[in-house]
This record gives sequence, structure tokens and C-alpha cells, in this order.
Amino acid sequence: MSREARIGETVLSVEKVSLSFGGVKALQDVSFDVREHEVRAIIGPNGAGKSSMLNVINGVYHPQQGTIRLRANGAWKEFSDMDSHEAAALGIARTFQNIALFKGMTVLDNIMTGRNLKMRASFLEQAIWIGRARREELKHRRAVEEIIDFMEIQHIRKTPVGRLPYGLQKRVELARALAAEPRLLLLDEPMAGMNMEEKQDMCRFVLDVNDQYGTTIVLIEHDMGVVMDISDRVVVLDYGRKIGDGTPEEIRGNQAVIDAYLGVAH
Amino acid sequence: MLYREAGQFKSTYAADQQIFPIRQDRIAVTLLLLVAFIGVPLFANEYWLSAILVPFLIFALAALGLNILTGYAGQLSLGTAAFMAVGAFMAYNFVLRMPWLGVIPSFILAGLCASAVGIVFGLPSLRIKGFYLAVATLACQFFVLWAIQRIGWFTNNSSTGVITAQTIEILGHTFDTPQSKYLLTLGIVAVLALLAKNLMRSETGRAFMAVRDMDVAASVIGIPMMKTKLLAFAISSFYCGVAGAMYAYTYLGTVEPEAFTLDLSFRILFMIIIGGVGSILGSFLGAAFITLLPIFLNVFFGALSHTFGLDISHAIVSNIELMIFGGLIIFFLIVEPHGLARLWQIAKEKLRLWPFPH
Repeated sequence: MSREARIGETVLSVEKVSLSFGGVKALQDVSFDVREHEVRAIIGPNGAGKSSMLNVINGVYHPQQGTIRLRANGAWKEFSDMDSHEAAALGIARTFQNIALFKGMTVLDNIMTGRNLKMRASFLEQAIWIGRARREELKHRRAVEEIIDFMEIQHIRKTPVGRLPYGLQKRVELARALAAEPRLLLLDEPMAGMNMEEKQDMCRFVLDVNDQYGTTIVLIEHDMGVVMDISDRVVVLDYGRKIGDGTPEEIRGNQAVIDAYLGVAH
Repeated sequence: MLYREAGQFKSTYAADQQIFPIRQDRIAVTLLLLVAFIGVPLFANEYWLSAILVPFLIFALAALGLNILTGYAGQLSLGTAAFMAVGAFMAYNFVLRMPWLGVIPSFILAGLCASAVGIVFGLPSLRIKGFYLAVATLACQFFVLWAIQRIGWFTNNSSTGVITAQTIEILGHTFDTPQSKYLLTLGIVAVLALLAKNLMRSETGRAFMAVRDMDVAASVIGIPMMKTKLLAFAISSFYCGVAGAMYAYTYLGTVEPEAFTLDLSFRILFMIIIGGVGSILGSFLGAAFITLLPIFLNVFFGALSHTFGLDISHAIVSNIELMIFGGLIIFFLIVEPHGLARLWQIAKEKLRLWPFPH
């Protein structure tokens, strides 16, 4: 089945969201939607509010106005004021622009931590290491090993992440987000600071995640080549406002977007 | 076969996740436990048992408790001695007022009381971090000692504030010899250390380390901040509380509130800094370093002045000991700021590739 044919109905809709920090208006009246299985890119010049948008979607920031609706298990859930912890429980996972891995822990432990919401054993069972605690630990280890295989990081599974090079750390962070088996994956500049080869690898991983797990992906990226190649639809933000929304071809021809990126003569 | 993971293949995840993945480690730990449980009580004299090994084990347990909070969960605390005091004085009261309870349940209840105090004084950790949190836990240190000194109930209205620990009796067996007290301490410490290790290698431990390393990311992947931090305070204080109860019952015998001053908190903090922050082994190494090294220096200088017939005054010898002790602390921290446990880990990693450099 082609990728276009798999794209389903809307799973996330952002409605008239405004967010400000004191006098700084980070987002003004932004609305867009994300459909199931699609790769949705958010682009825009520096300071346009892209990361703020992701932070609103997964509950790190709370918008002053507007609502976000998420379809979870067939039912719509509406919220404007949600904890990041609740967002995780609803199946939203993310990676960060500046890598936010647990530096003192091994790759394996980092990815295992990504599955924390699936573990049920109490801390007393874990301390005694019998029954459910032990079974869970082994069951999730198997699942984590599959993700490690998928991301091709077998050779570093016992290495503390603080010692890994940047490109691998980015990959581990994606693996940690995948471990939660999210229905919506938010990627904040997954290819920032990478060389051409690493970018190609990362693109392949993002598309594979989309294909094999069917995960809906929202990503922020500055590399226009990458954005035009892998995304199904693109939202363009500038100074906290939405100035464009559509397929990569439409965005390429959008005068407002060209002006925002290249500037206009006054 | 050399001492290293390389070449010791695992074919199941269970085998890969065991506490000691290297076979030589398993043998060494078994031998160590055999020596500690059987050899030492048979051959060690009274001085060694009750003045060196018992305090070493108790301090190791307290350091382990602090390491869970500071090393694993990343919450700096200066209230360790206060939690130990809660454990000691509550154990005394449980044994005194509810003698039918038995000593071990009293210790556990005393530990739980320390947990409760830990949770209350852990509440500031939800808002503040690092050194500021350490200052907030100082309040705990002063408040608990104040309460024990002022409220007569804790010391059973003893006029001096000194309590005398009752004789330990478990299932009709009286623990009054140095050997039996040592074995009781060792048993409790061994069991609690195993539980701590299990906890730290499972989900709870990973949640603690996640909060320590990057709290925003931890909460984004679904780790509840409040529950995790307070659980860390509760577990840590439980360990410190049990250590405090043993400090009174198997080591000192008679305790006063002044035994649990800020000095003791600092001493235990230094143990984990020198031993290794975020390592169970490190708690034991640090406790050994701080409690045993001064004794070895003392013996060493005694022997030295004896063999050379030097007539050095006692004051000079004890000052030199302190200087060397301080010098060694600085030396080890410069060689490896992450503590003795890290030195051991680095040695292991080198051995994995030996004799090749890469």
C-alpha cells in the first residue's frame, strides 16, 4: 500500500492556540490538524514558535487560549491544560532539540526507561525481584532489544550514553521515544547538526518508523530538502502565526513563505 | 579464563540481567559472604568485631541509604543523621512500649517512621534542587534533634536524654555477644543491600536515575515527578532509619541525641563522595575508607614508631594521621572524582580489552 493511501483521518487537531510568555507572543491563533499515519512537518525561521508548538502538544507548556484535541482509542479527548505525564499516557512521545537523554545511564537503560508506563510491578516486588517484577523486566527487555535491532545500535547497548557521539545519541533518543510505542511521535529537529550521511540514515529511520509501526509523526526540521522529501504536509510558522499549510509543492510556491524565508524589499 | 565479560557468553536475557554477569565476581562474592558469615565470627577478636566491623557495616548501610537519594535520585540531602536518629529513638520506643512486637519488626517500623519524616522533609524537593535542597534538609537535621531533646516521650523522660538500648532478643535467642551482634548486623545489611541492588536495576531505579539526569525528559516520557522524588526520600530514609536503629542497638548500646549531629550527616556524605555516587559498591567502599583507614594509619604508625624506637608524642602522631587521611582523600578525588567505585569500573573496562589498548 502506498504511503498516501494509508493516511487516515485526523488524529490531532490544534485549534486557535495562543501562548505568550509575559509580553512575548510565542504563538498566536495557530490551528492545524494531523492525520493518522502522516508525516507532518512544522517549519519556520528561528524564533517562529515551532518548539513552543511541540511543547504545547505534549503538555510542557500550557497555552493561554485554544484547545488541542487528540483521538485516542476511537474517542476524542479535548484538553487545553495537560501535564506532560498525562500526554505520555495518551501515547504522545517526543525527542528534544538539544538531546535530553539520561547521560549517566546505559543505552539499554535509557530505552527501558521509555517503557516505564507499561510496567505494573510495585517497588516492593522489584526489590525482592520475584514474580511480576522479574517477568516484566524480561518481557520488556525483549521488546527493547527489537527496537535496538530496528535502530541498529546493538553494538552500544551497554555503553553509557554520555560517551556516545552526537549522531548516535540522537538515534538513541529516537529509540527511547519509540519504546513507548507511541501513536503520535514528536521530533524536534531530529537531523540538526548532522552530516549528510547521518541525515540520510535518520531520514530512513523516520520513514521506517512511519511505515513499519504506522506511527503518526510531527517533526520540526530546518533542512528544506529533507522536509520536502519526507513530509506529507507542512505547516509554516513565522513570528508565532501560521503563514502556510499544505503539501510540500504548495508550500514551495507559497509567496508568504518565500517572503518569510528570503525577506521582502520594502 | 581472565576476569572479564568478554568470552562469557549469555544466551538468555535473564542471564544477561543478573547482578554479577562475570563469573569470577560471583565466585568472589560467594567467598566473601562465606568469610564474613562464618570465618570472621570464628577468628576475629572482640575489638575487631564490635569496634571496627559493626560500625563499618552500619555506616555502609547509612551510606547506601544516602546513595539511593543523592547518588541515584540526584536529591542532595544533609539530613542523614536526623533520619538515623528517628530510627534509633523510634526503635527504642517500639521495643520499650510494645515489647511483644519483637526487635526486627520494631526496626522495620522505626525505618518506616524515618520514611515518614523523610517524605515530609522531601516535599521541598518538588520545587528546589541541588544545594538549595541541601539547605532545606538542614531544617530536618535541626528540627529532629530539637524534638528528641525537648519532647520527653522520645527518650522515655530520661533526664540526660541518654537512652540505653534494650537487649536484643529474637525468637528466644539473645544477641548479647559481639559475635551475635555482628552476625545480626551483617545479616540485616546483606539483605537490605540485595534489596537495594534489585530496586536500582529495575524500573524504580531507572526512574530515579532519569529524574537525576534530566527531569524534563523524565516527565515527558511519563515518570511522575512527585511520586518518584518522594519515593526516593522514603526508601533512603528507611535505610538510614534502620542503620540508626542498629547504631543504637548493635554498636553503641547507649545513645544520646548528640550522637546524630550534622557532623555525622557530613561524614556519611563524604563516604558516598569518596566511595562513588550512584553505586551500591561505592557505599561500602566509602564506608570502609572513612571508618577503616584511620584505624590502619593508627596501627601503621604505632608499628613504625615501635620498630624504629622513635619517641614521638601521641599528639603529633594523631595529627600526622589526620594529615595523611586528608591527603589521601584529596589524592583519590583528584585521581577519580567519581569515587572508588568508578576506579574499579575503569579497571574492569581496561581488562575487557587487555592486552590491547583499543
